[in-house]
Amino acid sequence: MDLSKLSALEAGKLIKNREIGVAEITKAALENIEKTDKNYNAFITVCADEAMKRAEAVQKGIDDGTYTSPLAGVPMAVKDNMCTKGILTTAASKILTGFKPFYNSTAVQKLEDAGAVLLGKLNMDEFAMGSTTETSFYGPTVNPWGENRVPGGSSGGSAVAVATDEAYYTLGSDTGGSIRQPASFCGVTGIKPTYGTVSRYGLLAYASSLDQIGPVGKNVEDVAEVLSIISGHDKKDSTSVNQEPLKFNLQNNVKGKKIGIPAEYFSKGLEKDVKDRVLEAAKKLESMGAIVEEFNMPEIDYAIPAYYIIACAEASSNLSRYDGVKYGFRTPEFEDLTDLYNKTRSDGFGIEVKRRIMIGAFVLSSGYYDAYYKKALKVKAVIKNAFDRAFEKYDAILSPAAPTTALKMGENLSDPLKMYLGDIYTVSVNLAGLPSIVIPCGFDKEGLPVGLQITGKAFSENNIMNIAYSFQQETDYHTKKPVLKVSKEA
Amino acid sequence: MLINDEMIDYISELARLKLRDDERESAKNEINKIIDYMDTLNQLDTSEIEAMSHAFPVKNVFRKDEVMPSKDRDDILLNAPDKKDGAFKVPKTFE
Repeated sequence: MDLSKLSALEAGKLIKNREIGVAEITKAALENIEKTDKNYNAFITVCADEAMKRAEAVQKGIDDGTYTSPLAGVPMAVKDNMCTKGILTTAASKILTGFKPFYNSTAVQKLEDAGAVLLGKLNMDEFAMGSTTETSFYGPTVNPWGENRVPGGSSGGSAVAVATDEAYYTLGSDTGGSIRQPASFCGVTGIKPTYGTVSRYGLLAYASSLDQIGPVGKNVEDVAEVLSIISGHDKKDSTSVNQEPLKFNLQNNVKGKKIGIPAEYFSKGLEKDVKDRVLEAAKKLESMGAIVEEFNMPEIDYAIPAYYIIACAEASSNLSRYDGVKYGFRTPEFEDLTDLYNKTRSDGFGIEVKRRIMIGAFVLSSGYYDAYYKKALKVKAVIKNAFDRAFEKYDAILSPAAPTTALKMGENLSDPLKMYLGDIYTVSVNLAGLPSIVIPCGFDKEGLPVGLQITGKAFSENNIMNIAYSFQQETDYHTKKPVLKVSKEA
Repeated sequence: MLINDEMIDYISELARLKLRDDERESAKNEINKIIDYMDTLNQLDTSEIEAMSHAFPVKNVFRKDEVMPSKDRDDILLNAPDKKDGAFKVPKTFE
């Protein structure tokens, strides 16, 4: 049996039934990474020794009844912008060279409390700023579905590690689509929960009012199980919503569900194959009993500029903490304190991060604050109101996750504005704080995966998960796997 | 062009960044393009709209004023590039 092909819940069941030991499955996962990851670079850090030690401790915990979660003992991996105690955490930036946090982010801690085994830390765009995982200081991650294709971003490593079966599930973070767009490009399932559902404590902040942690997995059941573990109130995050961890009761039933499709999303700039697959998925849901309708949401055109103003503004503030004093990299030569700051930050940050910090500094600067930052906050309200109106009529909104399938490497790297425009389907969801799941819904003519995005009103995770689950019960796109390039064993 | 040489130097200073000449030129071009695009927001009349910082109402979160241990000082200093006597060490700031 090839263990790596199992879903997270299937693996958890084998462990629970004592058909396989935690050390055995962890060792197999580490060997698989060793063979596979040279070609894909999904991992920045593989913590093999810690994982094997941890596997033994978890096995004991399962044997003595400490760990009862259906995912206890299942090996997983985490995006490298979440703090992991004693394990390198870089946000894929040179400026955090050598940074080993002395505490766990809440999401990671909750998984550890449920008996998870951490395999390592996953590649990403530097500080989650990018849509291709090419801005990583540790080199780009490669999409396993095509020659020379990006995995999307910023959680490219999180999506690829699942697509290549290197990890049973992963955590990503989503500020403007960073879980959903890579899930779409890599043919996996990923959800951005409602803002405030998962604690952001220990997540290296990019844009705090938009950032949200979420799981990536092989199917909706796995993702639902992970989300039920990591959700719930945390007093260490003041924007964490005061609610119990989510519980899911997944049912294959979409009868009578009202699903809206924004006409604006399908009018321009969308690849034909993506459009066709998403509309076919809508038809499929219709055949299963859902009521699908087109509606208008013209405000959506303003989401990208509003998003980039707000995200850059918050980034310029959040990233001021990287100053060469408290953690990570410090430039070796400097004249005085200001020079230390300037040189450390100029050497330590990559070009896209610098660009966003500077845009943020500009839109917050005296004389431009009202025209840009405040204007964007008003547009955010306009977009939130547009979604509120839509959800008076619909249970969910259906759309693509990205206008294209996986891009060629390098295609957008030199043209940031073009890269930003690719975020058209995802950023509005973050501005409005909504939950949104992406699942595979077919392939383009080159065999690259297409994703279907299902967005619901705030705190309706159960509803969108059920629609996604129902779709996966009636289709098999999520079970398709790329042919992997595997290095010969050493 | 909103972002001229003077402006790029000003925002670099605000951002505590010192760009190389080639970086500065490309940053200027790209940021101008991006800001131009951001100006499309002006097509939307928002005179009657209140600015919204969070999508859901966020309220002050209070807790009891109880004395609790904070993080351990040695832990906090673990990652410091330079430290001395239980403090972060930086170049001299006062003459």
